[in-house]
Amino acid sequence: MKIPMSWLREYVNVDLPPAELAHRLTMAGVEVGEVTSIGGWPGCVVGLVLAQGRHPNADRLSLCRVSTGTQELEVVCGAPNVAAGQKICFAAVGANVFNTHSGQKETLKPARIRGVVSNGMICSSLELGLGSDHDGIVVLPEDAPLGMPLDQYLGDTILDLEVTPNRLDCLSVLGVAHEVAALTGQTVREPDLAYPELGGPIASAVNISVADPDLCPRYTASVIQGLKVAPSPRWLQQRLERAGLRPVNNVVDVTNYVMLEFNQPLHAFDLDRVREHTVIVRRARPGDTLATLDGVTRQLNPEVLVIADARDPMGIGGIIGGAASEIGAGTTSVLLESASFDSQNNRQTAQSFRLHTDATLRFEKGLRPELAPLALRRATQLILQVAGGQACQGVVDLYPGKDNPAPSLTLTMSRLKKVLGMELPLPQVERVLQSLGFACQRRDPATLQVTAPYWRSDIALEEDLVEEVVRVMGYDTVPTTMLSTPIPYSQPVPIVTLRGRVQDALVAAGMQEIISYPLVTVANLEKVRLWDPERPPLSVTNPLNAEQRHLRPTLRASLLNALAANQGGGDGPFRLFEAGRVFLPRDGQLPEEREVAAGVLAGRRGETSWLIGGDALGFYDAKGVVEWLLQHLGVSAAFQPSDDPCLHPGRCARVLAGELELGLVGELHPAVCQRFDIRPQPVAFFELYLAPLLQALPQGERRFRPISRYPAAIRDLALVVPASVPEGEVHQMLARHPLVVRVELFDVYSGAGIPQGTRSLAFHLHLQSSERTLTAEDASQALQELLSSLERKVGATLRT
Amino acid sequence: MAYLGRRGHLTLVLRNLAQLDMEQRRTAGAQANQAKRTLEEALARRTQELEDARLAMSATQERLDVTLPGYPVTGGRLHPTTRIIREVCEAFVAMGFSVVEGPEVEWDRYNFELLNIPKGHPARDMWNTLWVDYQDPAGQQSMLLRTHTSPMQARVMESQQPPVRVIVPGKVYRYEATDATHEWHFHQVEGLAVDDGITFADLKGTLYEFARRMFGSERKVRFRCDYFPFVEPGVDMSIDCFACGGKGSGCRICRDSGWIEIMGAGMVHPKVLAGVGYDTAKYTGFAFGLGPERIAMLKYGIDDIRHFYANDLRFLRQF
Ligand SMILES: [Zn+2]
Repeated sequence: MKIPMSWLREYVNVDLPPAELAHRLTMAGVEVGEVTSIGGWPGCVVGLVLAQGRHPNADRLSLCRVSTGTQELEVVCGAPNVAAGQKICFAAVGANVFNTHSGQKETLKPARIRGVVSNGMICSSLELGLGSDHDGIVVLPEDAPLGMPLDQYLGDTILDLEVTPNRLDCLSVLGVAHEVAALTGQTVREPDLAYPELGGPIASAVNISVADPDLCPRYTASVIQGLKVAPSPRWLQQRLERAGLRPVNNVVDVTNYVMLEFNQPLHAFDLDRVREHTVIVRRARPGDTLATLDGVTRQLNPEVLVIADARDPMGIGGIIGGAASEIGAGTTSVLLESASFDSQNNRQTAQSFRLHTDATLRFEKGLRPELAPLALRRATQLILQVAGGQACQGVVDLYPGKDNPAPSLTLTMSRLKKVLGMELPLPQVERVLQSLGFACQRRDPATLQVTAPYWRSDIALEEDLVEEVVRVMGYDTVPTTMLSTPIPYSQPVPIVTLRGRVQDALVAAGMQEIISYPLVTVANLEKVRLWDPERPPLSVTNPLNAEQRHLRPTLRASLLNALAANQGGGDGPFRLFEAGRVFLPRDGQLPEEREVAAGVLAGRRGETSWLIGGDALGFYDAKGVVEWLLQHLGVSAAFQPSDDPCLHPGRCARVLAGELELGLVGELHPAVCQRFDIRPQPVAFFELYLAPLLQALPQGERRFRPISRYPAAIRDLALVVPASVPEGEVHQMLARHPLVVRVELFDVYSGAGIPQGTRSLAFHLHLQSSERTLTAEDASQALQELLSSLERKVGATLRT
Repeated sequence: MAYLGRRGHLTLVLRNLAQLDMEQRRTAGAQANQAKRTLEEALARRTQELEDARLAMSATQERLDVTLPGYPVTGGRLHPTTRIIREVCEAFVAMGFSVVEGPEVEWDRYNFELLNIPKGHPARDMWNTLWVDYQDPAGQQSMLLRTHTSPMQARVMESQQPPVRVIVPGKVYRYEATDATHEWHFHQVEGLAVDDGITFADLKGTLYEFARRMFGSERKVRFRCDYFPFVEPGVDMSIDCFACGGKGSGCRICRDSGWIEIMGAGMVHPKVLAGVGYDTAKYTGFAFGLGPERIAMLKYGIDDIRHFYANDLRFLRQF
């Protein structure tokens, strides 16, 4: 909302500099986004063209004699519209004006133009920086005071307000004036609403009825006859333009002007086009159509409130008028409407037509019906002033909603204290509310009965009054204290804590966290082979991008996209993980939001280095990360061969803690990598589900195990086992022996020297007792026991 | 060897001492021992010198080019948003708040209605919503991607009586075209404190303390009136601009104002309290919300919010 200070000053004195006023408004909740000044024309004054004649040496230039009130000067002017008797904007030598060629401000020098000295310049809008119109000079009104500095006459400051949805009142200049008055200790001068009623009685001019009062609580109207439609006077056009509206003609401009002044949208109908001079406010009938002012023919339905004549809709109430009854050059009689419409219906209709107008911006927020007759009278008065004609006697005022007056609210000083945390004396509270235009009555020494003024629609509760008081006094006046109420007992949410631990452990394992968009495309899901048209994931009805509409059921696609996007940056290593939610639909409920941590590892194992080779990250890197993480969490898990359509069939394992399936680790299926155009091969992958992981966490604290005081004996054991026997099985059997405290696999071999279909596994075994130093015999015996049991169970033999 | 060995001159001298008389023996012995010590010390010194020279020689030969890069250690990092959310939560946990989270897919009821934003309310325009394709059999409920973390206010209060003191980090979504300062997917941290006796003054104190912890103890804060339908009075908290030191003029970060808005807040609206069945005569509270991306952008000087979720390692590795 653009508020010209020159307009604002009509209703309230402003002594503060614009920047300070903007600050006060902003602090009180009416944010001023930008303060723009119009002006900055030192050396420019209102001048008068005394005489205009031809330039002796150029046909298209004229030579003018200009008075500045104190001086008379010869000036060359190139504009076709200059004429004697005009008040103009005169820039004297030394003034700072825009050069129309360079677009820069320059100091005006005396110039010799085709042999004649020009002692200044008659300015166009372009030279003053007022607009792009360079066709002619700016002609000022006749009453412009000769010699007045132009800054004083034309200069202005525009406050651009960022109005929040509750502060409907600040969409009007008077509303802002009331706010300014309260914040600066001034009073508001409301406009006079009187006008002569010289026409016939209004009842004989028009017949109005409200058929659907639920959608139209108040309808007021006046009639002006014998007027002349023409462009508005300059002051009116200028105010509209500075407030951001385009002038149309005097009648329409007045309706807009009064809307900006009082906030009440109005509509003017050409009365001669209103059939039978009858107006019915009713819901549209099936089949009703209307060609609206924006050139669109609209189908109406019974949810739409129309302003109809005896036969057809003439306008959509509170939204837009119809083309047929539009005010045009030939209009001589005007029916002026100022009405209240139901805010909900107004908003719905505006949304259904996608028609958001200056009227709906206001009506949808619920204007008070008290505004309608005030604005009607003001607009009638102004139309008479700028377009002539005669107003009918009286106005139409249909007020079916008058039984719903503005609420009267109780404000107690104890409530103020309870909410704000400070004591306020009642007289001070009363003064603040009155400065905002609220009517206050003292019910008792600590209670006020308060009614909001007609321009405020946002006051419904005692707390609203609390805000009014404290925002005008300033939030700075409230003390600053620390919470002194008891701290509630609470336990950390386990899954949130776990996610944090998982993130930390993965970062410690060299993984980079990413966060990606939870909406994915069907193509993404197809690429990771998780698109099932029978059971589609949830989707968004109004996605920003038509493809990216599905709530992801997996993190895989996001991770692979991130990997693909980064592979241009080199050969890796790429170690990415995301800890986020996937969404699984459930009937009649919100989806399950499953917490998952997943990662991909690809490319070189280390940064390019002269010290180490460039072997690639693979399955065992992903597994190592998972093992590290589980160890960090104190969870022991087994890895069991498995399969997954997205993963390499021979390189995939389920991670199990007892019955709990914690996740998957594997290498991606080469076909999947290919679909994402991922160059590094293989791509190792893991995925862990936090809910079962939470269940698998050890209960209670870790227990300290005493460190043996006796030395450990270390023995090597090289076994030959059938290739089908998983290392994990052998490993576990070794670890279970009572004297074995640690098992380290140091070699896996198959090939020459051992039988086909077998492989060799070589371990360091750490043997230790907590009771005594083991002898060589103890160690040999343990090895013998292990060997024979391994031989029995998995067919292992000692490698010789 | 010629002097100190078993057949060395000195050894022989010492052996021959026996053949001399007492007086001569004492003198000669003392002289010989003195000579022996001198020689031994000289020898030790020389040995050390030789050893030092050898080490010096070999050290010279074993010299490393210390400018060659060391073994690469690949470290991982948290996403900057995660880091900021943690910092924010830590600051509030220290003030007695506990961290809870809520669903990202929500009902209209929690995202709007219980927050005093009924259907058809013009304030709904403040949150452009992404709606989830869901047909409610009863035709009552609309499903959406939460537009803010505020629904958790209602969920927490529905599930417990006061005192309440929680902080809610999480993702939020808006139907909004992206540009340097707008994303359709970002994060919020919501806070809520409700009890008998919580005041606007406490709101100011708590948020001021947070600003000091997060941005440094010399930070100034400013509270001004603002509007959110679920609070009354509503608050916007700004901190003095750290780019221009609060001077404002010509500063791009604070748009000449000297202040940077970092948080919306306010006293919980009585309709919100009543909506979850709290006694509004007894209980008051405050709520607040902030955007971790915005804080990260300010803290680290990031000029475009679209960097956050593009997952470019050249961006992520900087934090
Ligand atoms: Zn600044």
